[in-house]
Amino acid sequence: MFEAVLLTVITAATPLLIAAIGELVVERSGVLNLGVEGMMIMGAVIGFAIANQTGSGTLGVIGAIAAGMAMSALFGFLVLVLVANQVATGLALTILGLGLSGMIGEAYIGVPGLRIPELYIPILSDIPFIGPVFFQQDAIVYIGFALIIGVAYFLFRTRAGLILRSVGDNHGSAHALGYSVLKIRFMAVLFGGACAGLAGAYMSLAYTPQWVENMTAGRGWIALALVVFASWLPFRVIIGAYLFGAVSVLNLHAQAIGLGVPSQFLSSLPYLATIGVLVLISANRRLTLVNTPACLGKPFVPDR
Amino acid sequence: MGTENHSEVDTASAPFARSGKDKLLDAQGLTKRFGDILANDAVDLTINKGEIHALLGENGAGKSTLVKMFYGSLEPDGGEIWWDGQKVAIDNPAAARELGIGMVFQHFSLFEALNVVENIALALPNPGNMKDLAKRIETVSREYGLPLNPSDIVADLPVGIRQRIEIVRCLLQEPRLIIMDEPTSVLTPQEADQLFLTLQRLASEGCAVLYISHRLEEVQRICHHATILRHGQVVNECDPTKETPATLASMMVGAEVIAVNAAAQKPAIGDIRLGLHKLSAPAATPFATALNNISLELRAGEVVAIAGVAGNGQGELFDAISGEMRVAPDMILLDGAPCGAKGINWRRKKNAAFVPEERLGHGAVPGMKLSQNIVLTRHSTGDKLVNGGMVSTANAGEMEQRIKQAFDVRMSHDDPEARSLSGGNLQKFVVGRELDRQPGVLVINQPTWGVDAGAAALIRQAIIDLARSGSAVLVISQDLDEIFEIADKIAVISRGFLSEPEPAADMTRERVGLLMAGGAETQGEVA
Repeated sequence: MFEAVLLTVITAATPLLIAAIGELVVERSGVLNLGVEGMMIMGAVIGFAIANQTGSGTLGVIGAIAAGMAMSALFGFLVLVLVANQVATGLALTILGLGLSGMIGEAYIGVPGLRIPELYIPILSDIPFIGPVFFQQDAIVYIGFALIIGVAYFLFRTRAGLILRSVGDNHGSAHALGYSVLKIRFMAVLFGGACAGLAGAYMSLAYTPQWVENMTAGRGWIALALVVFASWLPFRVIIGAYLFGAVSVLNLHAQAIGLGVPSQFLSSLPYLATIGVLVLISANRRLTLVNTPACLGKPFVPDR
Repeated sequence: MGTENHSEVDTASAPFARSGKDKLLDAQGLTKRFGDILANDAVDLTINKGEIHALLGENGAGKSTLVKMFYGSLEPDGGEIWWDGQKVAIDNPAAARELGIGMVFQHFSLFEALNVVENIALALPNPGNMKDLAKRIETVSREYGLPLNPSDIVADLPVGIRQRIEIVRCLLQEPRLIIMDEPTSVLTPQEADQLFLTLQRLASEGCAVLYISHRLEEVQRICHHATILRHGQVVNECDPTKETPATLASMMVGAEVIAVNAAAQKPAIGDIRLGLHKLSAPAATPFATALNNISLELRAGEVVAIAGVAGNGQGELFDAISGEMRVAPDMILLDGAPCGAKGINWRRKKNAAFVPEERLGHGAVPGMKLSQNIVLTRHSTGDKLVNGGMVSTANAGEMEQRIKQAFDVRMSHDDPEARSLSGGNLQKFVVGRELDRQPGVLVINQPTWGVDAGAAALIRQAIIDLARSGSAVLVISQDLDEIFEIADKIAVISRGFLSEPEPAADMTRERVGLLMAGGAETQGEVA
């Protein structure tokens, strides 16, 4: 029983984890992209469509990543090159993604989907309990963990990561030192788009292998909240994602047990938890201020 | 404040005679245009090897524009730059660093959330291993008498240390020319002396320094040659050791600068107008300073100045006195009435006025017209600016005209947006807006920060005149010249502790410097 619960927690947490780590990199560079939900849903529908047409899950995943990147490139062009307002553009991106995905996905409603296969890691997957939970998952779950470790290493151990953090901390100084603020931010935005697209692919190709309109159901927003929850530190994203994953599957299991609580209340739990956690986090200003990228959401116009 | 107090600094002995042979950087006819404004108009400038070269001029004279072209952050519209006999194009800061041009910025270009090594690594083309770099930083910084701890986070460091980081960062690039933009504006006198020793050592090693400063005394002390800019053109060149601060100032302004007259009337000291009693407040953010047990009495007719290096609690103290930060009622008394928990409007109605440090964004709303900005601070102090909830634009406009004339605020058209005014003009406006009321208590933070000599003299004279007419004035400033010019009493703030105010006549720069460096703290702890 516990093993089964843990398995569902992992599948619920993975899309949150991947979308959040992408947005974390974007925000570390000083850009606030509120369009995660829109990029995710586009990843979900394009991934499903391509996998359905070609019969290849891998091609579907690649297509989803490309779709997320295309959406983020549009966002990057608007807010970095044309210096549009980041909040408004991000919201517009979400609305665009939801609408466009509904249109593209119309033909795929009710079409049986394709699930990307599980990869059993040799030897490790044979360990009792730990094996089935952690080492008999599909590739995207592993990629999610690799992304967290990779991003942490990149941000805090490499020169490129240092430059990216410096751009988010003080874009004026970074520019004065001769770094191309806009180029670095654009790359970060593209990475965020790729992650959101991948998270979307996980939704339509692994979590529930089918296309349902609006199937990301606010997970992009939770991913955004997770970045704040993690106070912009990669490893804390894991804790946050699993906490939220656990809260959202609690709903299903509580219903299965037959708990006398209305299901509507249980399904609203992840969102209530998001609000609660954000309030708690912002109450501790010391903690957030130290890691918050100082230039988050501020537009940059080079004076040259 | 004479040179005799700084005997350890060798007064401007040029190690290299000024001749054409040792040219390091030679700029010919540099021109830069921003829209309709010619920021630099055919500027010629020659810097020799081993020379400390001063670049002087009022705000907006084009100094920053010129050095930005040398450092590759701006592209010249015309003219040539010759470096060591070769014509060069400096396309970006990396190219400048490759040539051996380093820059120490006026507003620090440091990253607060990063530590010392990371900050320095960002400016080096090949920083290599972080551990080795940390060791190099320790050695070089000690060698030049600017010790640094590589793992400190910049946000936790005082400004003096931050500037050290900038300088060490420059030194690690093995520069042949260091450009310094107002380096001493945030230093204690002792820290400034240390900086001068470092500069002289660099010059003796053959490194050239281009030195921008508003402080003419130090230019006289350490610089070998000076170029003076006015309205984007070179108007004069001189050997500053042969000039006086007054002659240098008149070259910059193009006219005699009126000296501030503080002694006109001896102050007739009256009742206590503003009292601070054991004012304490915790730090609101990790980057803020806590206030500790601050006590002060401000009497009618006097100017009390609070000196201190930036970031030692000046902003927090100002916020507490103005009412932006609430404290316990009895900690602040205005004419005897407890007001620590009252808002800013209540205090304004008690005839107090406040001028914050940051004029654009805090003192004035950038996108609003001047007359609208007047309404924002004076709506409820009986100036008939608001009648029955409606703003009287006529009265506000009249007041704007009055302030404009009294304080010589220059503007291109009538009643412009605050952001369109130059720094000095806007400062004259935000100070004039409050002085126009003839407040009984005036608290003013950094009255002439980044303001040119003419405007600064006008503002300082107005502050003195207000005090002499019977008001109490509290000035918070980092500029010691200014403090000695206008203050009757001087106190020093250090890490949120305030020293006992002492008559300005009994204070010396050295004593103020010692208090800045922590003396105020020990005094405050004992008290």
